Amino acid sequence: MFTSFEIGETLEMIQKEHLDVRTITMGISLLDCMSGDSKICADNVYDKICKKAENLVKTGEEIEKELGVPIINKRISVTPISIIASASGNPLSLAKTLDKAAKNVGVNFLGGYSALVQKGFSDADLRFIDSIPEALATTDIVCSSVAVGSTKAGINMDAVKKMGEIIKETARLTEKNDGFGCAKLVVFCNPVEDNPFMAGAFHGVSESETAINVGVSGPGVVKCVLDKMQGQPIDRVAEAIKKTAFKITRIGQLVAKEASKRLNAPFGIVDLSLAPTPAVGDSVARILEAMGLETCGTHGTTAALALLNDAVKKGGVMASSNVGGLSGAFIPVSEDEGMIAAARSGALTLEKLEAMTCVCSVGLDMICIPGDTPASTISAIIADEAAIGMINNKTTAVRLIPAPGKTVGDTVEFGGLLGTGPVMSVNKASSEEFIARGGRIPAPIHSLRN
Amino acid sequence: MKAIVTVVGQDTVGIIAKVSTFLAESKVNILDISQTIMGETFTMIMMVDTSLSEKSFDELNAGLNNVGEELGVNIIIQNQKLFSAMHRI
Repeated sequence: MFTSFEIGETLEMIQKEHLDVRTITMGISLLDCMSGDSKICADNVYDKICKKAENLVKTGEEIEKELGVPIINKRISVTPISIIASASGNPLSLAKTLDKAAKNVGVNFLGGYSALVQKGFSDADLRFIDSIPEALATTDIVCSSVAVGSTKAGINMDAVKKMGEIIKETARLTEKNDGFGCAKLVVFCNPVEDNPFMAGAFHGVSESETAINVGVSGPGVVKCVLDKMQGQPIDRVAEAIKKTAFKITRIGQLVAKEASKRLNAPFGIVDLSLAPTPAVGDSVARILEAMGLETCGTHGTTAALALLNDAVKKGGVMASSNVGGLSGAFIPVSEDEGMIAAARSGALTLEKLEAMTCVCSVGLDMICIPGDTPASTISAIIADEAAIGMINNKTTAVRLIPAPGKTVGDTVEFGGLLGTGPVMSVNKASSEEFIARGGRIPAPIHSLRN
Repeated sequence: MKAIVTVVGQDTVGIIAKVSTFLAESKVNILDISQTIMGETFTMIMMVDTSLSEKSFDELNAGLNNVGEELGVNIIIQNQKLFSAMHRI
């Protein structure tokens, strides 16, 4: 029997500290759906997703009720569509098919409208990337990602240049919604193939037919633990985060195992990420502040985040048999109440966020920038972020929203989990000539490990 | 399935009786029970076995919610796997 302390602690985490499982994401391989005929390919894709994910939402809700732990999102990731559409040459028809299939099974996002071009483009990749703005503007819940670099391959600067333009075009086509399309588009360096989180999820080609990947959350729980530790040495703080991460991850592991058993799909990984939401009490920025920083973004923020990120992994890794995905702390600005406040106050800048991405699990995420930011500047931001990823052997990502007609000081409302973004300033000096060069930044020396 | 039933709220006459009656009528076996009063707050934790019950987990949950409303207390039923996962290695 459990003690009343143990039961009380769990209930408190769920009821008062926003403990939840952020997502159950079913990865589905679409490799066997390829066809030279775009209609046949689309039919295959639709049928396969509807069949494999038929019970995903229902099962997620059942587990949620039985455990009494909210499971916020049920999602799907698929094989990169640039590959699936390569034979038919019609990726746009697949974007619409994916949207329809995802809505039919009731998930709230589907990821995998993706291309992996870290070393170079095939003709199909180029056609595919050109289709992204329209795909994001004409669908509701399809998410897209493009890998432009890796530690092994270097950085494809032609792709970096192109993605700056694609982001601008996506913003233009979704102008009425403040460039919302860009919130569904991630540019990666070193992407992971089993990430359950959107918008960057896709089901890698080396993955199994289907897989259940679960993303845990719980910044609120960590924050509450730290609130009780004021003035204590930082190593004790690390230890407390580790223990909390262990408990949170055990729930993720349990949900993943149950979902995998009930859906008859192999258990893929648990992603040990602290993922914030715009709700008060569910913020990563507030954890950093609970460590003693007046505002997230001030000096000391990178160190605090490094400690948090590492402690989350150390605690989580023993709690789960298969850890993967991005696993660390997320710092999406518009999705985190504390980050929003810090950005509004001026304490958190794009430059500080860039430094923070060196030590956390993702990159410049959900950041609104002025609508008139040149494509080359966006490309240069992507290049900087990709360089951090490439050199440090880690995943980095860029999800920027150049909100049309908006300027520094304005606010963009996305609503729901995507939150509210204050428009942040970017460096005004031009990067045009650097980006116009194109070509490829060679892989770093430490990529030669054989 | 083994589940944990937690009852928290203002102490009043007949909480254990009403919760136990509902569980007995639902063919849910009580395996263990602990109860304390802290201040005026009544806290009871029960471990139960639902495997003989003809009611689904959803129905048990809804039924316990109704009992809770009648008594003015909060009743939650959760699969015990949750607590094992978090508190037992």
